[in-house]
Amino acid sequence: MVRTQKRKLKKGLGVGYCALIYLFLFLPIAVIITNSFNATTSKPYMTWKGFTFDWYIKLFDNSALLDSFGNTILIAVCSTVLATCIGTLAAVGMYRYRFRGKGVIDALLYIPVVIPEIVLGIALLTLFAKTSIPRGILSLVLAHTTFSIPFVVFNIRARLTGYDNSVEEASMDLGAGKVETFFRITVPILAPAIGGGALLAFTLSIDDVIISYFTNGQTKTFPLKVMESIKSGVSPDVNALSTLILAGTTLLVILTQSNLFKRRK
Amino acid sequence: MKTKKGAAISIATMVSPVTLWMAFFIAIPLLYVAVMSFCGTDENYNVVFRLTLENYRRLLDPSYLQIYMQSILIAFLTTAFCILLGYPFAFLIARTKSRKKALLYMLVIIPFWTNSLIRIYGWRTFLSASGMLNTLLMKLNLIDTQIDFLYNIGTTVFGMVYCLFPFMILPLYTAIEKLDINLLEASSDLGARGASTFFHIILPLTASGIFSGSIMVFIPALGYFFVADILGGGNSDVIGNLIERQFQSGNNWPLGAALSMILIGITLLLVKLYQKCGGDMESLGV
Repeated sequence: MVRTQKRKLKKGLGVGYCALIYLFLFLPIAVIITNSFNATTSKPYMTWKGFTFDWYIKLFDNSALLDSFGNTILIAVCSTVLATCIGTLAAVGMYRYRFRGKGVIDALLYIPVVIPEIVLGIALLTLFAKTSIPRGILSLVLAHTTFSIPFVVFNIRARLTGYDNSVEEASMDLGAGKVETFFRITVPILAPAIGGGALLAFTLSIDDVIISYFTNGQTKTFPLKVMESIKSGVSPDVNALSTLILAGTTLLVILTQSNLFKRRK
Repeated sequence: MKTKKGAAISIATMVSPVTLWMAFFIAIPLLYVAVMSFCGTDENYNVVFRLTLENYRRLLDPSYLQIYMQSILIAFLTTAFCILLGYPFAFLIARTKSRKKALLYMLVIIPFWTNSLIRIYGWRTFLSASGMLNTLLMKLNLIDTQIDFLYNIGTTVFGMVYCLFPFMILPLYTAIEKLDINLLEASSDLGARGASTFFHIILPLTASGIFSGSIMVFIPALGYFFVADILGGGNSDVIGNLIERQFQSGNNWPLGAALSMILIGITLLLVKLYQKCGGDMESLGV
């Protein structure tokens, strides 16, 4: 009897502890959502003045904010496509072949993963300044592609372990060329890993603050717009847009959830 | 017939894009930063190529030394709190028999789809003198004057823990999930108590997760200048703030480059240490 009681107590403590951690993780999001309905109109928009939907309507008049969000999506799509193509080729090529200099490529791939983002940010800034690559959408796409490539490569590589070559060999024996085999056999087999890598690249890109902060020139992404507004107080329409983004991504994940969970295992 | 030449062409087409990209956007810029750290500036703050140790001499400025120590302290505390808070949590969700396990895991990641800046700002709103926490505490009659929770090392550490928490949880979760239940049962069958099983079996077997989590938390914490800006209010700068200032308002790029070399040095040192402890580079990536 005492034993089951003790076990129950333990379980209760565990559940309570997890609930506290989730509260810690989600509390600022609750603050953001709450503030998006805040009727206050005076800076720094921190005190509660009653409930309103106004900010969700006003949001669509704030063209600078909407533009920044458009930039964020554009940069994320371009850098994800680039990073996924380069990363997929690299992961398969590096898995399949042994060649000189492979260790060097490996080391270069680890750099963006471990180095503080600010170092990569200023390094790219000096490169763009020196080579006169215009700072704006282009430099942001190049920068985001750079820090995304390793995550795509590692994501695919993790699932290549134990990869069965025989299907590819069969394809070639039956007369398909290397290119055809790559696109019709290798890519479909790796599709879940490639998709996972692309999703990761996209997430990293839309959330990036530090590297964008140094490589943006005059172009504003959504996170940089937030950073700019922090000094004077983040206005509730920014909270409204964040709430919509969160709702959108959550919905997207719920719709694709079954796939995602299959991939995880 | 397969030829060596054919293989060489395949290697070239598959691997050259990544090689060229990483060479141009990683290797060259970092080497350039290293070179720049030995350069000077003219009166218009343009970088001038003349070999000098001036920037490195300035790194030893006492006010800078104080910030390095502060930054390392903040990173250390952040890592420690992430382990202490994260380990039991990761253990509970990794070993739960609940069918909602996948959901519990996803719930750790979902907050990170909202921009980190605005979430940190959410904490500032919550903790500020006129914010919700103060209002709540006053309503509950627990306090009668507003408390300013913000703008000290404590809040900066708090914000860092918040931002970096999942980087600790994910490797811990992976390591704990791999634990073989038979070993735990064997240990308890042989008479080991809970604590003994934990320190002799569980902890050593999941140490790899702690190591990779620590790397993924400690190093970024040295650079997250925006957390120190928003929650620390300039009273708890990290090395990242020093670098940011030189590249934005301060406009002394060579000095900023030299400051970056400190971060590069610390990163190399810690990664070497991590590998010495048997850490696997691959587990840092995903």
